[in-house]
Amino acid sequence: MSVGWEPVIGIEVHVELATQSKMFCGCAVSFGEAPNTNVCPTCLALPGALPVTNGKAIEWIIKIGLALHCEISEWSVFHRKNYFYADLPKNYQISQYDVPVCHDGWLDIDVDGETARIGIERAHQEEDTGKSLHMGEGGRIHAATETLLDFNRAGVPLVEVVSKPDIRSAAQARAYAQTLRQVIAELGVSDARLEEGSIRFDANISVRQGPDAEFGTKVEIKNMNSFRSLEKAVDFEIKRQIAELEAEGTIIQETRHWDEEAAVTTSMRTKEGSSDYRYFTEPDLVPLVVTPEWREHILSTLPELPHQRKDRYLALGVDTQTALALSSADTALRSLFEDTVGAGADAKAAANWITGEVVAWMRRESVDTIDVDSASVAEMIGMIDANELSASAAKEVLDGILRGEGTARAVAESRDLIQMTDTGAIESAVDSVLADNPDAVERYRAGEQKVVGFLVGQVMRATQGKADPKAVNGLLREKLS
Amino acid sequence: MSLADLTITDAAAGLRAGSHSSVDLTEAVLERASMTEAEVHAYLTIDREAALDAARAADAELAAGEDRGMLHGIPIALKDNMCQRGVETTAASQILAGYRPPYDATVVTRLRDAGAVLIGKANLDEFAMGSSTENSAYGPSRNPWDTGRVPGGSSGGSAAAVAAGSALGALGSDTGGSIRQPGSLCGVVGMKPTYGTVSRYGLIAFASSLDQIGPITRTVDDAVAVLESISGHDPLDATSWAGDYPDLTSEIDAGVAGKRIGVVSEFAGEGYEPAVTGALSHTLDQLSDAGAEVVEVSLPTVELALSAYYLIAPAECSANLARFDGMRYGLRVDGETTEELMARTRARGFGPEVIRRILLGTYALSAGYYDAFYGQAHKARTVLRTEFAAAYEKVDVLMSPTSPTVAFPFDAKSDPLSMYLSDVCTIPSNLSGDPAISVPVGLDGRGLPIGVQVMAPAMGEPVLFGVAKTIERLAGFDARPAMVEELA
Ligand SMILES: [Zn+2]
Repeated sequence: MSVGWEPVIGIEVHVELATQSKMFCGCAVSFGEAPNTNVCPTCLALPGALPVTNGKAIEWIIKIGLALHCEISEWSVFHRKNYFYADLPKNYQISQYDVPVCHDGWLDIDVDGETARIGIERAHQEEDTGKSLHMGEGGRIHAATETLLDFNRAGVPLVEVVSKPDIRSAAQARAYAQTLRQVIAELGVSDARLEEGSIRFDANISVRQGPDAEFGTKVEIKNMNSFRSLEKAVDFEIKRQIAELEAEGTIIQETRHWDEEAAVTTSMRTKEGSSDYRYFTEPDLVPLVVTPEWREHILSTLPELPHQRKDRYLALGVDTQTALALSSADTALRSLFEDTVGAGADAKAAANWITGEVVAWMRRESVDTIDVDSASVAEMIGMIDANELSASAAKEVLDGILRGEGTARAVAESRDLIQMTDTGAIESAVDSVLADNPDAVERYRAGEQKVVGFLVGQVMRATQGKADPKAVNGLLREKLS
Repeated sequence: MSLADLTITDAAAGLRAGSHSSVDLTEAVLERASMTEAEVHAYLTIDREAALDAARAADAELAAGEDRGMLHGIPIALKDNMCQRGVETTAASQILAGYRPPYDATVVTRLRDAGAVLIGKANLDEFAMGSSTENSAYGPSRNPWDTGRVPGGSSGGSAAAVAAGSALGALGSDTGGSIRQPGSLCGVVGMKPTYGTVSRYGLIAFASSLDQIGPITRTVDDAVAVLESISGHDPLDATSWAGDYPDLTSEIDAGVAGKRIGVVSEFAGEGYEPAVTGALSHTLDQLSDAGAEVVEVSLPTVELALSAYYLIAPAECSANLARFDGMRYGLRVDGETTEELMARTRARGFGPEVIRRILLGTYALSAGYYDAFYGQAHKARTVLRTEFAAAYEKVDVLMSPTSPTVAFPFDAKSDPLSMYLSDVCTIPSNLSGDPAISVPVGLDGRGLPIGVQVMAPAMGEPVLFGVAKTIERLAGFDARPAMVEELA
């Protein structure tokens, strides 16, 4: 690969909203039911039927827009996007064109400790299509003997979020997709499940020679069903384009399909010229008006989002990497953290213990959820601070807490882990070790400093490891000097 | 005089006075149809048994004192682009041959709620595209005044039925004059309400931003009665007006004294038959004598209205008619691929005028042409609205001929452009969304009816009906087609 190639990536995300009813009719949004049971004149495009906008869907796209720091259009319009397709009942999709509900926002993503701000071009409201089921010959369209149509999904509210071409690597593409999915999931507006297609990613990729060069010809890639395949597909496509260009070829503007098994992108049918959807204002609907009051109301209902949470954790003194991990961790871990801090524990220590040892314990024990008393964790952290627990003893105490053996103190006592803090007892142990090891004392006095380690070890052994090694060390040095 | 020739107002009064029943009215209308349909062909479907059932039910309710109002027990025809559950609804197209909707249009629901008796589905130009019913895939309707001539269109079947006595009133739809022009050509009242005041839910769309359902009746009072029962907010139509509706009768007997009436100066001259312009001047003289102030008003942009309309309406129809693809209902012509199936179905299912307009609209919306055509048309529409609004600062209503000509012979306008010119006076009100009405005022030398058009600002139905009723009274038009005179 020659120097200077820079990938330029934009991602389009389709999010199916989990509203009760469809975008433009009263049919239920529900999956896995018998074909063509959630249908009506409107979503089947029977003659004469008309669309009526679902206010909940609009509220939810505004939620998404606000979470992505978008401007919300006070006035926006629906357009008809015209194309003939069997699973598109009206043979046009009601979508938005030049005035979307949300525009010009951003989303911060983190890759390898670096934060990148990815611009959001727009988020617009549209409707989903039905599904074609190709019967016979393995379900492939060209070999199918017949095609059945299921319109249960036709008209399900769909939000399309279009990023600016600000993404520069496959890893960033993946991080963007994951971060966006998490935001959507936390807003509670979609199931946001990749496997079920309730959130779908397409990537537009081009490469250029350096950051100042003009954008190259872009290729759209589709059919990535996991974050991993998105990353692999983007990576493959970047390399393919560079190889094409270096062989002095050119890039054709086209749509390519990610073949998961073969791990390659392949050209889908290339349309001659760009498709002309003949957009025009949807005359069956009136312009969509979002009053400042409505916008404010929706803003007030937004939950705390990962990036806000991260900032709050940083302000509590949690270090950056831990704050990042914790802010996107699952709810159980986050509330354990919040409650532990609420019970008086130091935030930084609590975050470190939870993202470190608690997560490691869960992985070791192969459990995916925990039910733990946060007060015990806070108590454990307090005992560490008070030198009652050594770091290694604390891990054992945590194990006991996670196994439900009782409070931190109860576990520490029953497992006999409390550090000796009685200076008199430690001092007598030190004295007897010094008395028993005159050689070592001699060597130390002759300048062999490292012998202290040996002596500390002896004291620890004598106290069955319960003395605070720091205290022992200090005492030894004091007595030896 | 047959019961079939009563006005709705008189028929309703007779029902309550016990002089006849709804079954009597319905039988009279069905009998009239049996005598005139072979010549007039106003209907595509007549549902005789269902009509009689509805009439019997209405009689029982009225006898029990459950009075649903003016339309209770009155036989009404529906234009066949309005969906009626279980009744074949084709929009006069082959592509919907045999199609029975599983639901009622909102206007149908409202007529049922008002106790009206639905007689059948009236003929029209295919998908309401035309001004003569010659574009019906099931053959044209003929004008009861002269069966060698067209009834106008596209609601020609509805107007012909009301003129012939095979319905006491009818619903039509008006996209560019499709209620008013056939009303004028058939000597009946045709009224297009303010856009958004009558639900379009269940109306098979031609051009959504222009389509409006309205009444075709024998009198202005009857038009008010029908409109009262079908208008009002409908949550199923997002473009339906959700605010207050005026009282349609508040100015019905107010006369025209002190009213300012503007005559649109652009609607005269070449192409206007002298009898038509003569009838309008005569009406204006009468109004003036009755105390109205008649002034000339120039609306220069109406000269562009026809061109703008023939871009906007086809553009919208190109998308509205995309759903007729052979996949879910209606005609299907098989093909090797889905695309071929759709293309063959549409090529066979649509008639030439529908195909012409779909192509025109597709072209007007295409990349590279949008700004020059569809975009410009929208600008013209906006300017036209401004001009109308400015005119209504100065006058209460505007007037013009409804149609430049009286009913014309079949095949007289085989060139599409000359046919499009029939709607030159009516199209501007569709572009502006304002209400307008055609009132019959007299006959030309050949005995063919002539109508005049009154236009009012949006939600100006009360003044519109008031002026229309005055015109009706002053004109004293009571002529009937010869075929009706013979049967009556
Ligand atoms: Zn539906």
